[in-house]
Amino acid sequence: MSTGEHMEKKINLTLKVWRQNGPDRIGTFETYPAKGISKDMSFLEMMDVVNEQLILDGHDPISFDHDCREGICGMCGAVVNGRPHGPLPGTTLCQLHMRSFDDGDTVVIEPFRSRAFKLIKDLVVDRSSLDKIIQAGGYVSVNTGGVPDANAIPIPQENAELAMDAAQCIGCGACVAACPNASAMLFVSAKVSQLALLPQGRPEAAKRVLSMVTEMDHQEFGNCSNERECEAECPKQISIVNIARLNREYLKAGFFSNEK
Amino acid sequence: MQLDAKVPGGPLETKWDTHRFELKLVNPANKRKFSIIVVGTGLAGASASASLAELGYQVKTFCIQDSPRRAHSIAAQGGINAAKNYQNDGDSIRRLFYDTVKGGDFRSRESNVYRLAQVSNAIIDQCVAQGVPFAREYGGLLANRSFGGAQVSRTFYARGQTGQQLLLGAYSALSRQVALKKVTLYTRRDMLDLVLVDGKARGILVRNLVSGEIERHAADAVVLATGGYGNVFYLSTNAMASNATAVCSAYRKGACVANPCFTQIHPTCIPVHGEYQSKLTLMSESLRNDGRVWVPKNPGDKRKPEDIPESDRDYYLENKYPSFGNLVPRDVASRNAKEQCDLGKGVGDTGYAVYLDFRDAIKRDGKETIMRKYGNLFDMYQRITDDDPYQTPMMIYPASHYTMGGLWVDYNLMSTIQGLFVLGEANFSDHGANRLGASALMQGLADGYFIIPYTMGGYLAGTGVKPVSTDHQEFKVAEDAVKAKIKNLLSINGKRTANDFHRELGKIMWDYCGMARNNEGLKSALKKIGALKGEFFENVKVSGTDREFNQNLECAGRVADFLSFGELMIEDALSRQESCGGHFNEGFQTGENEAMRDDANFSHVAAWEYKGEGLPPMLHKEPLVFENVKLSQRSYK
Ligand SMILES: Cc1cc2nc3c(=O)[nH]c(=O)nc-3n(C[C@H](O)[C@H](O)[C@H](O)COP(=O)(O)OP(=O)(O)OC[C@H]3O[C@@H](n4cnc5c(N)ncnc54)[C@H](O)[C@@H]3O)c2cc1C
Ligand code: SF4
Ligand code: FES
Repeated sequence: MSTGEHMEKKINLTLKVWRQNGPDRIGTFETYPAKGISKDMSFLEMMDVVNEQLILDGHDPISFDHDCREGICGMCGAVVNGRPHGPLPGTTLCQLHMRSFDDGDTVVIEPFRSRAFKLIKDLVVDRSSLDKIIQAGGYVSVNTGGVPDANAIPIPQENAELAMDAAQCIGCGACVAACPNASAMLFVSAKVSQLALLPQGRPEAAKRVLSMVTEMDHQEFGNCSNERECEAECPKQISIVNIARLNREYLKAGFFSNEK
Repeated sequence: MQLDAKVPGGPLETKWDTHRFELKLVNPANKRKFSIIVVGTGLAGASASASLAELGYQVKTFCIQDSPRRAHSIAAQGGINAAKNYQNDGDSIRRLFYDTVKGGDFRSRESNVYRLAQVSNAIIDQCVAQGVPFAREYGGLLANRSFGGAQVSRTFYARGQTGQQLLLGAYSALSRQVALKKVTLYTRRDMLDLVLVDGKARGILVRNLVSGEIERHAADAVVLATGGYGNVFYLSTNAMASNATAVCSAYRKGACVANPCFTQIHPTCIPVHGEYQSKLTLMSESLRNDGRVWVPKNPGDKRKPEDIPESDRDYYLENKYPSFGNLVPRDVASRNAKEQCDLGKGVGDTGYAVYLDFRDAIKRDGKETIMRKYGNLFDMYQRITDDDPYQTPMMIYPASHYTMGGLWVDYNLMSTIQGLFVLGEANFSDHGANRLGASALMQGLADGYFIIPYTMGGYLAGTGVKPVSTDHQEFKVAEDAVKAKIKNLLSINGKRTANDFHRELGKIMWDYCGMARNNEGLKSALKKIGALKGEFFENVKVSGTDREFNQNLECAGRVADFLSFGELMIEDALSRQESCGGHFNEGFQTGENEAMRDDANFSHVAAWEYKGEGLPPMLHKEPLVFENVKLSQRSYK
């Protein structure tokens, strides 16, 4: 389609949004009209329009997390019509555009739900449990300074590319929201894989995988039972091949290392 | 106030070495007795927090987002420069230094830029050691690409997500220190004020964004790494939470703001398409390697691009700058796009866009090749605009992207307030009047990994700091003031949203203090902003209360500060009666419409001191002395 020929530009929608003013309050779905929405708007811009009206009408606007609005910071995310980040594969909520919806649609919007993500308000949840998993070992233990020249260790291009595929995870937590067990396995496996594929990550590989998986359990994420929902909903299309790699690393670590 | 840049003596090459030797050291056992507040977890803040904690200091780190990994640095696409000369193409520390000073149109401090070039190589080493998956060649060594303003290939990259990978590296180093209990993390916190005790920075006030509580935090020194103020234009490529509030709070407490009118407008962004629009998306500069920029020759030509024959197209960059063509620096490319649109030759629904056309590149190299090079950018473009750039030219227009101005700092990165250090985009930095591509990531990490760890030690060892508790009277005074401000915002209960005011401010800034400025326009903008600010405090409507999660209140506070900061930018633009880099005053141009500097009168850093609400700020000048480069008129013909 070329310029100026875009299909019908404006649509009217009905939103059903989860409203909950704090973790200890009772939440409900509230209904709001979203009128005259341009199909060129992003989903979050549509939410802005609804919120501006709510503010002017003296109501509490809908709280939702967002920042970069270009699909990279991992801050946004909600379950839209049953799917984390909405209907479009490989797309964060902020990059979803209203042309994915039709005039007259009802759109159901809920927060990412999981034991490990405590609700803060409306669509905003606390995902600091993901940071805790990284703190448990998602790094190479080097201090600033005193490291070798960047070209001292050549790395086969395909390994660098595979590491980069895994490293693209934006830490949004959609995989957790999608998983019937609320497992964070895809997220954990992305970091474990990235570092396991690179020589810099090898010295601590065994310790890393054991402590990150232990921390995941500790943070009340569930276990992985190969449902594959995570891969289907991941906006960065992180592959479950990474989970297989994590499992191998985990077995190796259990057999050969003294780390507990 | 006397500005003292504290530039060490001696030859350029040895200044940093000598300085590091002369800085006092803190005894290792004593480091744990010192506490440092770091505000910001972008490249600058995360790298500083991790490195300071590794040395043994007790660090408290703050950010607005729910996780330090989400700082705006995550969005940087293209790459990071370093003088490695891995390509054997003639690069050197000297050349990176020279390119940066020239690219900045000779308005930066030689000594700082040289140091930046010197430490650039160690940054790449550090990132690789952390496991940053940079692009590599078949042989397993690191790959490089070229960026504007340089004739060597010195940019390291990780696909189109270099910022993400560098930030995740710094975040992982930070996370390790959190696990070791050397860093305490405070996420979802908004810094609202800086607290001074005996004239020294000794703490901050933050609003806990979840509970709404105002919290007091004290330390022996404060580091601000809160990013740039590009959102003063409302629409920009910055993240939504990028703000000027932290910088404004320091300014009101006595930190000078330097060169606030130096802002960068990036030429290749997806154009504005509607009033509701909340942000603009960057399309990487690398596209200008293969895309050709053009507009219809005749104003008002509304034909579809494919129906406009070659003879009716104006490839204005190629025609005007035969040797650099589509690859002129950012400020030049942006200004020319504006000029064409102002002549009525702009395209698209709004008339504020130019074409970036890949037709000839696809014909020459095949669709496959172009797809391999730019596939994800083309996809992103299509997702946003619903147009397929393989079939029809992209439409692009300049957008606010980066701010060279910021808090004034000396060679130690300390502001005009003792004990307040400023890193990354928040300082007025090393980029003069125009930043070269891939140099912001370099500067943020240089500041955090390799400069502040030394200069902080020098400060703490050199000046006795007495213990201060958050019960100190100064904390109470500051807290009362912050609470009063919040209370005021909530009580106005007017008829316009904060966002609506922000949009109007952005339009004023864009029209009068954007790509081209003139004295008359600037003066009228000053009046318009004054009026808008007046209306804001009478007619804004903010919902909810202060003691809860309240994003609307957060937003209103930021807009209030952007209004003040916008005024300061205009003051600065008005006082700089020359054109240089991103500051283009139409009254000062060469016969060929290029920026005309006035080195005799304006070869200085303009540092503004706050004098009280409603009073004009006071200008201090730091002369720029060039001993190692020859000042010349930039030419890209
Ligand atoms: C789209 C885009 C692409 C870019 N691409 C490149 C590139 O390819 N190469 C390059 O060199 N540069 C690039 N840049 C520029 C570069 O990304 C930034 O200049 C740089 O990342 C800024 O880093 P920083 O650490 O100074 O600040 P930021 O990354 O902006 O971090 C600011 C931090 O401060 C915190 N903060 C801010 N205000 C407050 C407050 N009031 N209270 C508490 N915390 C606060 C935030 O939470 C955040 O953690 C790009 C910029 C954009 C917008
Ligand atoms: S694996 Fe995918 S879904 Fe899960 S946090 Fe990372 S990017 Fe989000
Ligand atoms: S807002 Fe950053 S990924 Fe959506």
